[in-house]
Amino acid sequence: MGRTAPEPVQVVKQRRDAALHALVSGVPYISFMGIRFDRRGDELTGVLSFEDKLIGNPVLPAIHGGVTAAFLEVTAVISLSWAFIWEDFESGALDVEALAAGDLPRLPKTIDFTVDYLRSGLPRDAYARATITRAGRRYASVQAEAWQDNKDRPFAQATAHFLMPRHDPSCE
Amino acid sequence: MTADKADIARQFIQTIPHATALGMEIIAIDDGMAEIMMPYDDRFIGDPETRVIHGGAVSALMDTCGGAAVMSHPDAPAGTATIDLRIDYMRAATPEQAITARAEVYHITRSVAFVRATACDEDSDRPVATATGAFTVEGH
Repeated sequence: MGRTAPEPVQVVKQRRDAALHALVSGVPYISFMGIRFDRRGDELTGVLSFEDKLIGNPVLPAIHGGVTAAFLEVTAVISLSWAFIWEDFESGALDVEALAAGDLPRLPKTIDFTVDYLRSGLPRDAYARATITRAGRRYASVQAEAWQDNKDRPFAQATAHFLMPRHDPSCE
Repeated sequence: MTADKADIARQFIQTIPHATALGMEIIAIDDGMAEIMMPYDDRFIGDPETRVIHGGAVSALMDTCGGAAVMSHPDAPAGTATIDLRIDYMRAATPEQAITARAEVYHITRSVAFVRATACDEDSDRPVATATGAFTVEGH
């Protein structure tokens, strides 16, 4: 039986990390907010590092509701886009070097976004994960949840719909 | 609404670090209505190809504007917090143009304020986004 040897671990990691970095670092607003992404295989976790400029209520103090919404939206868009390109860069159809050079895939466009505030966002780091509940050719539905100290006690959750980018034939 | 209440709401909004970070400026605030402008800034770009502002910054603007409208309402004695907010993105905002949100409290009870908001760029006939939200009424 002819088996191809598995790729060396550093090759796999380098490719995936480079693809993620290209996707995230291309968006100025994500840098402005100080959001980064941790990756375990294809699973992404958004990390929002607390900074004073994220405060919405200086008396409490609490994270601005708009920051929480933005964090969930960024996590949803990046997670969706990541899932959308995963197959292509894993198979080599999408060149990671071209990605890193700025030849990025078009991002999904938000159609609507609903956020529920469950408890006050404390002045400390926050984490978020998104689940793609429907990934169609044109439309996608995504749910996202953010937590701080305890994952079972989210401080906000969101549901969003996106218009997917047209599949670029040059990537095929 | 008394001038005092408008001033208190205005001062409170201006002390919000994130509103300041996004360069928000209060255009008008009165009796359950608020209008806030957010200038265009390259740091807020969400799509590097089209240079369109990220939806997250628009959410922050809508949320701040909704909260300001609630705080300025004569039946809202003190602070407020967002319960939920839904934003519909109707079109991409034009790059290099400021976005202005206008929010109004269309119903208020002892506990909850219901808010509608619209965001426009320089073309005020075609909104960029609309929002509806529920906010707490605190201090009763």
